[in-house]
Amino acid sequence: MSSITSAAEAATRPSPHRPVRRRRPLRTVLARIPALAAVGLLLIVVVGPLVWLLLGSFKTQREFLEQPVWALPQQWSFDNYVQAWTTGNFAQYLGNSALTVLPALFLMLLLGSMAGFALEVLVWKGRGTVLLLFLAGIMVPTQLILLPLFTVYFQTGLTGSLWPLFITYTATGLPLTVFLMATYFRAVPREVFEAATLDGAGIVRSFFLVGLPMVRNALLTVGLVQFFFFWNDLLIALTFTNSTDLRTLQVGLLNFTGQFGSIEYGPLFAAICLNVFGMLVIYLLLNQRVQKGLTAGSVKG
Amino acid sequence: MNPLLGDRRSTMILVGPALLVYSLVMLVPVVWSLGYTFFEGNAIVGFSFVGLQNFGDLLGDTKVHDALWFTLKYALVITIGQVAIGYLLSLLYVFVLRRSSSIVRTLVFFPVVLPTVAVGLLFQQLFAIAPQNGLVNSFLNVFGAESVDWFGDGASAFLVIAIMDIWRSMGFYGVLLYAGLVDIPEEVLESARMDGATGWKLVRSIVVPLSAPVLVSALIFSINGTLKVFDSVLALTNGGPGTSTSPLTILMFQTSFTNGQYGYGSSIALLLTMICLVVTVFIFRASRRDLTKG
Repeated sequence: MSSITSAAEAATRPSPHRPVRRRRPLRTVLARIPALAAVGLLLIVVVGPLVWLLLGSFKTQREFLEQPVWALPQQWSFDNYVQAWTTGNFAQYLGNSALTVLPALFLMLLLGSMAGFALEVLVWKGRGTVLLLFLAGIMVPTQLILLPLFTVYFQTGLTGSLWPLFITYTATGLPLTVFLMATYFRAVPREVFEAATLDGAGIVRSFFLVGLPMVRNALLTVGLVQFFFFWNDLLIALTFTNSTDLRTLQVGLLNFTGQFGSIEYGPLFAAICLNVFGMLVIYLLLNQRVQKGLTAGSVKG
Repeated sequence: MNPLLGDRRSTMILVGPALLVYSLVMLVPVVWSLGYTFFEGNAIVGFSFVGLQNFGDLLGDTKVHDALWFTLKYALVITIGQVAIGYLLSLLYVFVLRRSSSIVRTLVFFPVVLPTVAVGLLFQQLFAIAPQNGLVNSFLNVFGAESVDWFGDGASAFLVIAIMDIWRSMGFYGVLLYAGLVDIPEEVLESARMDGATGWKLVRSIVVPLSAPVLVSALIFSINGTLKVFDSVLALTNGGPGTSTSPLTILMFQTSFTNGQYGYGSSIALLLTMICLVVTVFIFRASRRDLTKG
């Protein structure tokens, strides 16, 4: 596992393979053409569907049914987006997703970093066992815990609110968070905390005042990784949302075609677009961190 | 031992809440779920003890056999596809694009962060045939080929699922494996080149063995993810046509929530968990043996 985390750190380092700059003979230039063609094809395959999606989101139903699929939209109107947002209940779904994912992220990071700190920095009997217990959670498939949770939420009357989602996200995110935070605390010299404790801060206070600020980069990375897991989650959301009012963005999108009876292509494309390009904004701002974080999170199995 | 950082009360305050939440919401349900496998019924109508009947049913149920077969086939094909194409990408990044690979890496990685449901619906439209051809069928028509009803039978639906999941995840494996390749010291490659190893020979005899550990972790990660596939199949084909593309996860979901059979659903979930464990241990041990041999 340590090989993965160190490898992930290397992902953002500039490559050590320095090509020596010298005049290339014509033969090597020609030899590069197949490779460059491969790159071009690769980019078309990756970007093409997304461009097609964006174009489609501006088309009218008529254009969808009568024009060839690669025709450009006749006018750039945002009607489809308005329809997806209002008739498609998108505003509410977005609210539900934000209301469950963001508080769950916050609580998970708080509890996870506290536990990670205690497991890595503090000295106590049984910490090896507890760390192993948390690691075991990384292997547990969500399917195995859904039914008991459903029973409990049903019997305690939490079904019918957003609480089941919030609680389940927080807990299922903990194992990976604890594991990653413990790894990050390993890099902080113990003397820092010893000094803080000697100065009379107390261990809990020195965690909040000294420990947390030192790993704030790690918090952002782990938070980002878990954000993608929670935000894109379908299984948990599908299980615990038993009414239209509770649907998250993903469940809403899955049921989107049902909202209108027959398929309205424009609003459907606009709805997919909102989902896709919302992520694009986050990705453009933080792509290095996302790549590094998600590959480091690959211990999650 | 360090008395300064060994206060019991502080330890409890820091590790207690996480351990409590984790135990209540994950550990207890796992044990509870194992208990369910001996019962039938659900949360609403109540439960009754049936002993080992659920496991007996599991052995003889053709639906389970089909779902198991699909899950294994899917996991095998997608894992090989993801890791192989990811590896080709990482070779492309390191040996062809070199320092200018950053922008390509970033672009190809982008689909990884997209919601699976959104990608599933997009691919439904890309491969659509009615009422209007999608991009893929239109493309086929240009070359004089007939439109294909991609979601009309299990085999072609499987192909679309495979294409979609590889499209979605190849950037991830590209970056993961790239990180392993970058760690290979330049001197090793240089001396191999001097010994006359170039192109595929260099890759096969030097690069692949040296990146074996990260390849193994990519394999383990990929097989664990693909055995548990749910979102992409649900969004793209909903297990259809019929149940021809239903993996164990979808069967478990339907058994539990559509049919209300919690006990049987838990047995299917347990079967899935055991498969994941066995496969992981198997790959891990196989790779360890190979490493000590070489």
